[in-house]
Amino acid sequence: MLVVVTLYPLLYVTFASFSDAGQLITHKGFLIKPLGFSIEAYKSVFNNPAILNGYKNTIFILFFGVITNLVVTALGAYVLSRKNVMWNRVFIFVVVLTMFFSGGLIPLYLVVKGVGLIDSLWATILPFAVNTFNLIIMRTAFMAVPESLEESAKMDGANHFVILFRIIIPLSMPVIAVMILYYAVEKWNGWFYASIFLKDRDLYPLQLTLREILIANNTDSMSSGANAAEQFQIGETIKYATIMVASVPILILYPFVQKYFVKGVMIGAVKG
Amino acid sequence: MRKAGETTFQIRFKRDFLLNKYLYLMMVPVLAYYFVFHYAPMYGALIAFKEYTPNKGILGSSWVGFQHFNDFFSSYYFWRILKNTVIISLYSLCFEFPAPIILAILINELTNKRFQRFVQTVTYMPYFISLIVIAGMIKDFTNNGGLINNFLTYFGFNDTAMLQKPELFRTIYILSEIWQKIGWESIIYLAALMGIDQEQYEAAKMDGANRIKQIWHITLPGILPTIAIMFILRMGNLLNVGFEKIILLYNPSTYDTADVISSFVYRKGLIEFGWSYSSAVGLFNSVINLALLIAANKISKRISENSLW
Repeated sequence: MLVVVTLYPLLYVTFASFSDAGQLITHKGFLIKPLGFSIEAYKSVFNNPAILNGYKNTIFILFFGVITNLVVTALGAYVLSRKNVMWNRVFIFVVVLTMFFSGGLIPLYLVVKGVGLIDSLWATILPFAVNTFNLIIMRTAFMAVPESLEESAKMDGANHFVILFRIIIPLSMPVIAVMILYYAVEKWNGWFYASIFLKDRDLYPLQLTLREILIANNTDSMSSGANAAEQFQIGETIKYATIMVASVPILILYPFVQKYFVKGVMIGAVKG
Repeated sequence: MRKAGETTFQIRFKRDFLLNKYLYLMMVPVLAYYFVFHYAPMYGALIAFKEYTPNKGILGSSWVGFQHFNDFFSSYYFWRILKNTVIISLYSLCFEFPAPIILAILINELTNKRFQRFVQTVTYMPYFISLIVIAGMIKDFTNNGGLINNFLTYFGFNDTAMLQKPELFRTIYILSEIWQKIGWESIIYLAALMGIDQEQYEAAKMDGANRIKQIWHITLPGILPTIAIMFILRMGNLLNVGFEKIILLYNPSTYDTADVISSFVYRKGLIEFGWSYSSAVGLFNSVINLALLIAANKISKRISENSLW
């Protein structure tokens, strides 16, 4: 029952996206299979320059964003996982405090504006380089790596960078995979900060383009050439097709990391 | 004596620096990030006590003390958004918080491992769908002739545009929130459930305890520490209602029940450019949250000996 409730809305969207526009409008009630079969909606979605541009921007943000996230988070987690570092108590305090208190939305906006990131795709990357919660999960995982391995590496003259990238990270792959998933989902689905930091429509990531289509209900640009009634009909299926186009990639990512997943989350759960 | 203390400190300091200088080097980008994007905004929150104008900057703007706070507390909006925030938070505490716990226990009771995995995978799925898409779906399904409306008309309800109805907003908000997050949030409880000693169940079965009794006497106490930690974290976020979803779903006709503190901050600050006023409201929110977190932690410490620090 629960499975049905969870799954059905998603199936409905799938069916509707492949349906024939005219039939879908007049149909009442549930769909158990597509009404007719049409890929018209997908054609118009993929021919839409705004969507393609959105895809391009999102992929940029995803690629550079996740790399930045991983590097900075891993550096922080590594340092904080070391023992006998005098300033670590201070560092941990500095980091953890931000989980409980923040300056708020407006001051953040002013800072981003102050460092000149407004209307740059980096505005959706740099201010969110580290998620403190993820940092702590990663630190816990790094602390679990046996110390003897590092000792022997140190004997061989390895410095901290070598230890981190050659020993700690390869041994912590489950948690790294989970971090990639967390950060990738965050980047792929993020829209709010993009909407306040990016004014130039050419920089809109996919989700903002979607917002115009789904929330502001504006599908006209995609069904141009059709008359008003047809436009309205196609608009419905286009909405569902865009949902599919925007959600399927991230849902596909999930099964790949699933095997690491429960393991990684459990590491985090130990420390909460 | 004192001088000697200082010098040993200096020696310790130097030795530590020599030993760990590369570590400190590695920490530089991380600290830079925290200072620029977390601590600078905290300093920037000072504008809540000033009359900020962009050309004068933070330092140059004149102090106005608590004027913005007073304006806010005495305004018509204060009670409305405070009430909405508290009500939505309490609803989510009552309905959304226990839902994943119940789901985790149910999944745990399933005997067929394959089916167990299937249920888990399906219930996680909505978590990965973006808020924009979720909001789009909600809008579509609750609209005239939408999926949910069609379903409800079978039971004799009227076909209405639900998002235009102030009285339905909170229900829609909470239900969709549960739909999206129940699977995800159950993971942590499932992990805790796996840690429970199976022998306890064997022993209970010997004593003739049925499943309900087993859940009550073994499962629940077993995951209580996890529940307590999650509860404290939740309390700290009590007034941080997920405004991203709210600003996607609300409209002026539902402000009466939908507008919360954070959506108000967003509207006043970034759409109407009341920088200082809006920062004051945001700061008020942060301070209350911090106080609630500390309180919840104290209470939990006293009752169950679980705490964050």
